[in-house]
Amino acid sequence: MLKELLSGNQAIARGAWEAGVKLAAGYPGTPSTEILENIVQYKSDLHCEWAPNEKVAFEVAVGASFAGARAIVTMKHVGLNVAADPLMTFAMSGAVGGMLIVVADDPGMHSSQNEQDSRNWGAFAKIPILEPADSQEAKDFVKVGLELSEKFETPVILRTCTRISHSRSLVELKDRVESSKPVEFKKDPPRYVAIPAWARKMRVKVEQRLYKLIAEAEKNPINRLELNNKDLGIIASSATYQYVKDIFGDASVLKLGMSYPLPEGKIREFAGAVKELLVIEELDSLIENQVKAWGIKCRGRDIVPGIGEHTPGRIREIKARLNEQKVILPTPVAESADLPPRPPVLCPGCPHRGTFTALKKFDVAVMGDIGCYSLGTLPPLSSLDSILCMGGSVPMAHGMQKVGEKKYCVGILGDSTFFHSGMTGIANTSYNKGSSTTIVVDNRITAMTGHQDHPGTGKTLEGEETQELSIEAIAKACGYKRVRTANPYNMKEMDSVLKEELESDDASLVVVKAVCPLYAKKLIGPKQEINQDECVNCKACLKIGCPAIESKDGQKPTINPLLCWGCGLCTQICPKGAIKAKAK
Amino acid sequence: MSDTTSVVLVGVGGQGILLASEILAQAAMLAGYDVKTNEVHGMAQRGGSVMAQVRYGRKVYSPLIEEGTAVALASLEQIEGLRAAHYLKEGGLAVVSSQQVVPVTVSSGVAEYPGDAAERVAKVFSNLKVVDAASIAAEAGNSKAANVAVIGALSNGLEFDEELWIQAIKKSVKASFIDLNIEVFKKARAL
Repeated sequence: MLKELLSGNQAIARGAWEAGVKLAAGYPGTPSTEILENIVQYKSDLHCEWAPNEKVAFEVAVGASFAGARAIVTMKHVGLNVAADPLMTFAMSGAVGGMLIVVADDPGMHSSQNEQDSRNWGAFAKIPILEPADSQEAKDFVKVGLELSEKFETPVILRTCTRISHSRSLVELKDRVESSKPVEFKKDPPRYVAIPAWARKMRVKVEQRLYKLIAEAEKNPINRLELNNKDLGIIASSATYQYVKDIFGDASVLKLGMSYPLPEGKIREFAGAVKELLVIEELDSLIENQVKAWGIKCRGRDIVPGIGEHTPGRIREIKARLNEQKVILPTPVAESADLPPRPPVLCPGCPHRGTFTALKKFDVAVMGDIGCYSLGTLPPLSSLDSILCMGGSVPMAHGMQKVGEKKYCVGILGDSTFFHSGMTGIANTSYNKGSSTTIVVDNRITAMTGHQDHPGTGKTLEGEETQELSIEAIAKACGYKRVRTANPYNMKEMDSVLKEELESDDASLVVVKAVCPLYAKKLIGPKQEINQDECVNCKACLKIGCPAIESKDGQKPTINPLLCWGCGLCTQICPKGAIKAKAK
Repeated sequence: MSDTTSVVLVGVGGQGILLASEILAQAAMLAGYDVKTNEVHGMAQRGGSVMAQVRYGRKVYSPLIEEGTAVALASLEQIEGLRAAHYLKEGGLAVVSSQQVVPVTVSSGVAEYPGDAAERVAKVFSNLKVVDAASIAAEAGNSKAANVAVIGALSNGLEFDEELWIQAIKKSVKASFIDLNIEVFKKARAL
C-alpha cells in the first residue's frame, strides 16, 4: 500500500478526490487554506474555486449538492460565522449529493482574531460533527462524512484544528471512486423552498433525523472503545486523543470520531466499565456537560483548562491534578528570561509599511481589518487602532465619524478583504452620506494566508485567466466621487493623497497599490545601504520597523543585504540622505 | 512514548525551518518508521520565531513534543535555540548555528540582543555543537542552504546513515538545488 506523509489539509484534499467530490469551494483562512490549494491538483476530475467569502463558497456548494453532486466547502472557524446563514437553513432542507463543511479551528489563536469551538455548531444546527485525530483519519472521515450526508440527507461538519490541519502523518492512498448519483436537479419545491409552510415540515424532519443520527453514532466504528486498564476511562477526540495516548499510557479510552450527536449508550457502557471517568476536551465542555446531564459521574473542567490549546505538557498536568500530585514541567531556562521577543512583523519591502508610515503623520482613528496589515498595530509603526472581523474596518470608521469623532476616521483593509465583505461597507458609507476615508491596501493577492487569488487578481484557483474586478470601478459604482490610487513606495505622493482625502468632507477611497514582493518574487528596486560616514545615528530609519535595517547596542544602523528588497522607503525617510543604492 | 524519538527545529520565519523538518521526516520515513511532524503556518511565519517538530518511532501518537523530552534540538539562530532549550531532555544534543538575526524589537530600541548569547548557549547546552551554517552555505554558493547545513551537523547525532539522508534530501529539495544541498549537508556532517 502506497503511504505518504501528508498534512491533515493535504489528506482532506486527497480524501475529497478519492470520494468522488465534484465541487470544492472556500475562502482562505489559517489553518484551513491548504485544503483547496491541494485539491487543485485534481482539477481534471472536479471543479474547485476560491469564493470571495465563506458564505458564497457555502452557497456554491449547496447548489452542487442539490443537483446531486458531492461537494465540500472549506474555511477557518470564523469563516463559518460568515456562512452561518446558509448553514442554518441548509441544515433543514438537507443535502442530496454529499455535502461536507470543513471548518478548521485555531485553539490558542496562532493566527486568528478569536478562539471558538466549532463543535458548538453541531447542537445549534443539529448536524453531525466529525473530528479526525490524524491525517489518515482526516482523509477517511471525508468519505465517512459524505456517506453520512447522503444517507441521512444532512450537511456534515468535518472539524479540524491547527494541530490536525498542520501536522503531518502517514496516509494510505487509494484511487478515486466516482459517485453513482447522477447530476440532475430534481425539482421538489417543498424540499428545497424554505417558505414558512414548507420550512415547518423541514423542521420536524430535522428532529427525526437527529434520532437516526444518534443511532448511527452508537454503531459507527469511528466512535471506538479502547479498553485497557479499567481504573481510569478517558473520553477524548481530535488531537487531544493523541496526547492522552502518550501521557496516560494504559488508561482505557473512548475515542470519539463523531463528537455530535453523542452515543449515549456507548458512553454509559464505557462509564460502567471503568472505575473513574474523565472527559478531556479542548475549549468548550460540550461532551462533559451532556454526560453530566445524563446523570453520569465524571471529572472534566474541574481539572481541564478551557482556554487555549492542549499540549502533551498540559495533559500531564491534568494527570497530576487527577491524582492530586504536583508536576514540575521543564520551563524555559533562566538564560532565556530576558531574550528579545520576536513577534511576526511586516516583511522587508512590504508595501503596507509605506501606508502606515504616512498615516502616522495625521491625527487619525484607524479601524483595521484582517490581513498582513494587522501587523501595522505593533511598534514601531503603531498606527492601527482596532481589528474586529473581516470587512469590519469601513463600517466601524463610518459609525465613529457619524457620532462626531474629531479625529479623521479611516477604515483600512486589503484587496481580498475588500471583495470578501468590504464592498457592502462602502455601499453603506456612500448610501448613508458618510465622510470617512477608506484605504484599500491592494497588494494584488491574499497575502497573509500565503498568496491565494481573488476576484481582483485576474486568475482563478484553477490557474485560468479571468475577469479582473476593479476596486476603483466598484467604489465609483457605489457612488464614491473621490477615488484615488497611490504608490506606497512614494512617500511624497502618499502624504499628499492622504492629506487631501482625509481633509475632504466627502467619503473617499484610496487604493494603495503595489504587489506583495514575496508573491512577485523580485526586487522592487536596487538594494540600499547606509553610508556609515554620512549617518548621524538619528534612528529615523528604524522607526519604519523594517527587519532588514539592523541596529544593536545603539550602534549606527546597517542594512542586511540578504533581507533588503530595495523598496527605498528608508532612503526617503533618512533626513541626511545617507541611504543610497548599494554599490555592486 | 518511550520508543518515540522527538526532535525540535527552531529559527526565524524565512530561514527554511520547514524544509529542514521535511528532510528529517523523510529520512525517518525511509528508515521505515511511523512519523509525525508539526509546524505553524500563517501569521507566525512573517519574521517571527518559528518551530517545527518531528517525531518518529514504531507507533507515534502525539504530533507535539512534550517539554523536556526531545533527544535533539537544531537551531538556525542563537537566541532561538535558547528560547526552545526547555524542550530538550537532559544531555540531549543541541546543534546551534552561530548566526544572529536581529529582531525588529531590538533595532527599534524596545529590547536588547544579549551580547553574551554565545556564552549563554554554551552554558545551557551540555551536549552542544556550534555550526557556522551561514558560512558553509555561502561557500557552497547559496546562503539560503544554511538550514541544510544545520541538518548536516544534526545528522551525526541521529541513527540514520548517510545514504538515507541523501535520499531524503533528494525527495525534499527542488531538483535544481539537490547537488548544492548535498554538498552543504556533507560538509556540515563532516565537521
